[in-house]
Amino acid sequence: MTTKIAALERLCPVRRTRTTNARRRQSLTALGMATPAVVLLIVFLVVPVVLAFALAFTDARLISPTPARFVGLRNFTQLFEDPVFYKSLRNTAYFAAVVVPLQAGLALALALLVNAKVRGVNFFRTVYFLPVVTSMVVVSLLWTFLYRKDGLVNHVISTLTLGHVQGPDWLGDPATAMPAIILMSVWQGVGFHMVIWLAGLQTIPVELYEAAELDGATTWHRFRHVTWPGLRATRTFVLVTITIAAFSLFTQIRVMTQGGPLDSTTTVVYQAVRTGYDQQQTAYAATVSLVFFVLVLTVSLVQRFLTREKD
Amino acid sequence: MVFRRRRLALASVAAAAATALVAGCASGPGGSSSGAGGDTLTLWTHNAGNSAELDVVKKIIKDFNDSQDKYTVELQSFPQTDYNNSVVAAASARKLPCLLDVDGPNVANWAWGGYLAPIDVSGSEVPVKDQLASTVGTYKDQLYSFGFYDVSLALFARGSVLNEHGIRIPTPGKPWTKGEFDAALAELRKSGKFAYPLEMGTGGSGEWWPYAYSPQLQSFGGDLIDRNGHKSASGTLDGKESVEWGNWFRSLVTKGYMAKKSGADPNKDFLAGKSAIQWDGSWNAAKNAQKLGDDLVILPPVDFGEGPKIGGASWQWAMSSTCSDKDGAQEWLRFSRRTKYFVDYAEATSTIPATDAAARQIADYRPGGKFEVLVQFAREYATVRPVTPAYPYISTEFQKAAQDILAGADPESALGQAAKNIDNNLKTNNNYAG
Repeated sequence: MTTKIAALERLCPVRRTRTTNARRRQSLTALGMATPAVVLLIVFLVVPVVLAFALAFTDARLISPTPARFVGLRNFTQLFEDPVFYKSLRNTAYFAAVVVPLQAGLALALALLVNAKVRGVNFFRTVYFLPVVTSMVVVSLLWTFLYRKDGLVNHVISTLTLGHVQGPDWLGDPATAMPAIILMSVWQGVGFHMVIWLAGLQTIPVELYEAAELDGATTWHRFRHVTWPGLRATRTFVLVTITIAAFSLFTQIRVMTQGGPLDSTTTVVYQAVRTGYDQQQTAYAATVSLVFFVLVLTVSLVQRFLTREKD
Repeated sequence: MVFRRRRLALASVAAAAATALVAGCASGPGGSSSGAGGDTLTLWTHNAGNSAELDVVKKIIKDFNDSQDKYTVELQSFPQTDYNNSVVAAASARKLPCLLDVDGPNVANWAWGGYLAPIDVSGSEVPVKDQLASTVGTYKDQLYSFGFYDVSLALFARGSVLNEHGIRIPTPGKPWTKGEFDAALAELRKSGKFAYPLEMGTGGSGEWWPYAYSPQLQSFGGDLIDRNGHKSASGTLDGKESVEWGNWFRSLVTKGYMAKKSGADPNKDFLAGKSAIQWDGSWNAAKNAQKLGDDLVILPPVDFGEGPKIGGASWQWAMSSTCSDKDGAQEWLRFSRRTKYFVDYAEATSTIPATDAAARQIADYRPGGKFEVLVQFAREYATVRPVTPAYPYISTEFQKAAQDILAGADPESALGQAAKNIDNNLKTNNNYAG
């Protein structure tokens, strides 16, 4: 299209102004259409981010009779001496390291299952997707009851082992609290990524499978050489979205454990909210967020680099 | 030309964004007064969903509005969990109502932060000096708030159970000592009749922790902060006595006397006989008496060395500093200070009336009444939580330390870290001066 116009312009220089006018109108329309989105982005994304960055260098408090003052890097030195911050970082990394492969893998397995052409598959799709449309707060509350020492989970364990194994107080024990939250989070989030994988699966042309079948490829070979390469773009998307969601772990912690026991479930975002609201240290919370932003950005960039188009 | 047009368009996008921003902010610092339109005064309370107490507030407002033509008070109620956040948000937007209620330990913080104005209620029917000390909120020697009632902590038990196990029933004159209490718990545990002999509501959250457990810390001889100037917690919160408290607190769990995390409704568990002794607030006294009848005994707190202690201060009424009609607001505050309203509050909420005159009018709380002992506790044992703007911070740190201790942290290092954090907070906030 553009080359055609360029060629036309070369042929008839007289018509040039009209084309530019048209183009100008086009770009104005485009800008006009973009304006609402741009304004909203600036107000709700750019400004808060810039504010948070600026606040990190002040002593702003939630309740204060005096305006915020510039204090340089004080919040940062305090943060890097804070033992809870390192625990939060470690827990966040632990959560992400387990959840990303587990949730992505499980979602892919489910997607392959519900992609099968059998009767009643829609029923399973709906069932797997149900937790996703349920509010995380509600899910967390329910699982808090399930995980109690006398809760359903332990009853099931006790019944299955004929009373030989007595389950622990899942959320009250530093050793089991985080794994319990991981399990619940995967259960809640897996349906969403199943749908994404499913969308990816359905973009792969059926002819490829038919050709592979004619060539005598086994199920595994078909997956390895047809499905897996065909999911390239989906893979990157799933990886990046799960990673970012895992890093921002907060709701479950707030509802279920409040960071305890013994800081075994405190996370970076939870710490930011606790210091910012419960402890009224707005500037310190901004510092936590700033450091967190840099970390997430770094990880995302590394992921982008590793999953880039190599050709 | 094209370029210039595009720049113009870009500029207008930016301008639109800026206008939206300015419009959003303008309502903030613009007005310096709020909460009163004409002669209507807005009043905020945390009582939404708590109809018993809300009805009393409504009644006082109606009486006040009917009694004169000048002012009209208008009620807005919030659920308790969202109330503090709503006040903080309103204060940032300078849209605080004229009248609002405030939880006792937050008074200093809100007064320091410029949310509240000192009040003058002289000439009202009930003089402030007649009130229980814990129901009056002062900061820097100025009166900021007052409450109509207080609550008290007590040990609740069944007399029959204590007698059966040969446990002495303590009296305010001779409360249990630490040794006696531990021996009683051991005896009850040995009987095997109770899942846990002691119920202290360890499944609770938020302000319950400092409210319920810091009095025990104080009875050991420790405290949340050095109250002399409120400038340091080190040496107090992590001092020898405080660590002793921490060790004892943890031992309750390790010895199986108390659940690390109690159930969703500790009072129900106590009434169902799952525990023998409950450390609980006076708000459950009426329910316990109704269920257990004469078998219920209300016991004074344990004396761990420095005498029995309970927390003090509940919800109180205050006036915002941005109120545009302070005369009207104080008129309402003065009007509300009548003995009959003190009685109404206490009766509606099963709490301890703030004055003796009111207590005499309530059968259960008058001398000889079955809850008179609670009034006595509130008068003699109540220690208000530290009156400092740093209190909300101290509260969160103590809560975390106490929870960590129950979960198995070393009491010395848990309390030491809390003291260090509090000191650091005081230092970076210049001791909350100004």
